[in-house]
Amino acid sequence: MDIHKLSLLHNALAKPGLPKAKHFVGLGREPDDQALKDGLRHDAFHEVFAHAGHEAAATGFAVGLAARLAQDKHILWIGEKFAWQEHGMPCPSGFFELGLDPSQVMFLSVTHAGDALRAAGDALTCTSLGTVIIEITGNPKILDLTASRRLVLACAQNSVPVILLHFGAALQTSAAETRWIVKGAPSAAEADNWGHPTFDVNLIRNRSGRTGQWGFAWSCDDGRFENAKAASGAVVSTPANRSAEAA
Amino acid sequence: MEKIQNALRLSAVDHVAEELGLHVSQPLANARAMVSELEVIPANHQADAALLVQLADWCDRFTPVVALDPPDGLFLNIAGTNHLFGDDRSILEKVIHTFRSRSFATQGAIASTTVSARALAHYCDGCIVGENGEAKAVSSLPVEALQLDPVTTHAFRRAGLKTIGQAASRKRNEIVSRFGVATLARIDEALGQDGRPITPRQPSTDYWKAKSFSEPVSTLDVIRTALQSITASLCTVMEQEGVGARRLEASFHRSDGNTRRIAVETGSPVCTAAIIDRLFHERLASLSDPLDPGLGYDVIRLAATRVERRDHATRSLDMKAQAQMEIDLLADRLVARFGREHVVRFHPQETHAPEDAWLIASVQDSHKAQVSWQAIRVLHEAPRRPLRMFTRPEPVEVAQDPLRLSWRKVSRPITHWEGPERIAMAWWQQRKQQATRDYYRAEDEAGRRYWIYHSTGSSQWFLHGLFA
Repeated sequence: MDIHKLSLLHNALAKPGLPKAKHFVGLGREPDDQALKDGLRHDAFHEVFAHAGHEAAATGFAVGLAARLAQDKHILWIGEKFAWQEHGMPCPSGFFELGLDPSQVMFLSVTHAGDALRAAGDALTCTSLGTVIIEITGNPKILDLTASRRLVLACAQNSVPVILLHFGAALQTSAAETRWIVKGAPSAAEADNWGHPTFDVNLIRNRSGRTGQWGFAWSCDDGRFENAKAASGAVVSTPANRSAEAA
Repeated sequence: MEKIQNALRLSAVDHVAEELGLHVSQPLANARAMVSELEVIPANHQADAALLVQLADWCDRFTPVVALDPPDGLFLNIAGTNHLFGDDRSILEKVIHTFRSRSFATQGAIASTTVSARALAHYCDGCIVGENGEAKAVSSLPVEALQLDPVTTHAFRRAGLKTIGQAASRKRNEIVSRFGVATLARIDEALGQDGRPITPRQPSTDYWKAKSFSEPVSTLDVIRTALQSITASLCTVMEQEGVGARRLEASFHRSDGNTRRIAVETGSPVCTAAIIDRLFHERLASLSDPLDPGLGYDVIRLAATRVERRDHATRSLDMKAQAQMEIDLLADRLVARFGREHVVRFHPQETHAPEDAWLIASVQDSHKAQVSWQAIRVLHEAPRRPLRMFTRPEPVEVAQDPLRLSWRKVSRPITHWEGPERIAMAWWQQRKQQATRDYYRAEDEAGRRYWIYHSTGSSQWFLHGLFA
């Protein structure tokens, strides 16, 4: 028996009870977590697509997911430099206002998607990380099905979740566990201040449960998602039309 | 040739000129009279100094402790390097031979103090002085070898003290009273009794290892393997002494004299070979101009240029400390690949100005937080600071009736707004005198939320950030 087989066997013995039980994290919304079964799968690869013009809202949603997934562990935030000029750079005071402590976040700025994926691949070997967030603009060639499968495997192996935040991207095939299209939603009319961040989210892929479309609000006070109150102008969410680009 | 004391004089002469009777500081006119076809080159001290530095770079392959001795000398501290290049004589021969083969007129000597080494190099080329042999070796050299100022040298000659030995035979208090303490110290040094350390060009370090190759190596795999073995032996030493490296520099000496230095830094002292290997691996993989071995490297050296004592107390088995250590290692790897300024953390600052509310620091810099992050919003309130902020606020237009915001050529009807929140800029900082700003939060009909402001007394609006 060669060394390689031996080490495989050794690994298998070291982890009794394989396959590993899937670990889910609730988003905080009791009734609708039912729809997501028990919540969001922890050691998996999740994709968040920003609806065109709603990059900040999608960022907020990703911050919420990251805060839920990472708990108090460290977060690595990888972004492309030009996207930080285009859509603004992550603002730590804003993170804190949302309830995510900026001191638990490391920020890495890269020049292109290849570097971002490589850094993520490296970071995923660090099991002490809570979450890796990657911002990617457009549909770079390097981010293909193989790259996404690689991320899925790395997440599962090291139990570190990845959130891929897409700006201005068309939907392409990927191996992600969940895919969300996120759009900001108008505040409720009666609010004397405009209330917590609200999102129209459209879960178009969920490998472990139902998909659906909801109005979410992020509660900055308890760090969880809630059901959004009815919006002022009764804005009907756009149906899932397979493209995040369509405004 | 250069201008000294209002006359053009020779500042250096080569062998042939010397044989013809020319000498340094001779007026050019006299020299021309003696040798009519004299070839004269104006002195260029800057170029000379630059060349000396280059030569020193090349000498780095023998020892990390190389010092300049302007205008034309180099000191190499070769203590402890013998195992790499054979005995003292072979090092000396190798250095001198290499320089001479590139037509540098070179003289060299080995002694235990800089003054005696310099004196011997000038007057007794190729001389190697053993332990405590300096007094004997230098005593017959002329007092000029001490390289004192010309007045003092002349005074020694006038006093009949023509050699260092004669000067040293006088009573110490006589020399001090006649020539001063500095001169006595110089004589002591020449006799090898009291040596001042040389000032190396590179910060000197006790922790370095090198590997020299009889056949220059040029394949990347071999270079990596060599670096790994050097790392392993360096780590053994650091481990034993209880220190770890914060900064490591690998220098690759090419056989044609070119030297390439590559450094990695770490956030906490490390002495684990695997970690250092990985950092160099990252660094080498991310070089914008990769290593160019040319005809091959003949020496590879690894030096820990910054070391710190490892705190044994921190090496606990505590899960939290373990996690922090893993994060630090990840940070080191990312820094090695992407550079210090691209892997950052934000630290809170005590100021109201939104763009100065934090300090961006490299993840490797340990930072003792003076202040902690403060929430600006109150309970149940929405965030009062944007999630994404523009480093340069973008000019926007705000129009009334109906209220709308025009940004990036798109007009956005505003349905909700709040404000103003008045923020005073740091007016006490002279360098950026900025007017107080009135910030508003505005929401358009699609639910996009903007953070806009105008300065008091101005009607120009700016977009500073976007809320979730």
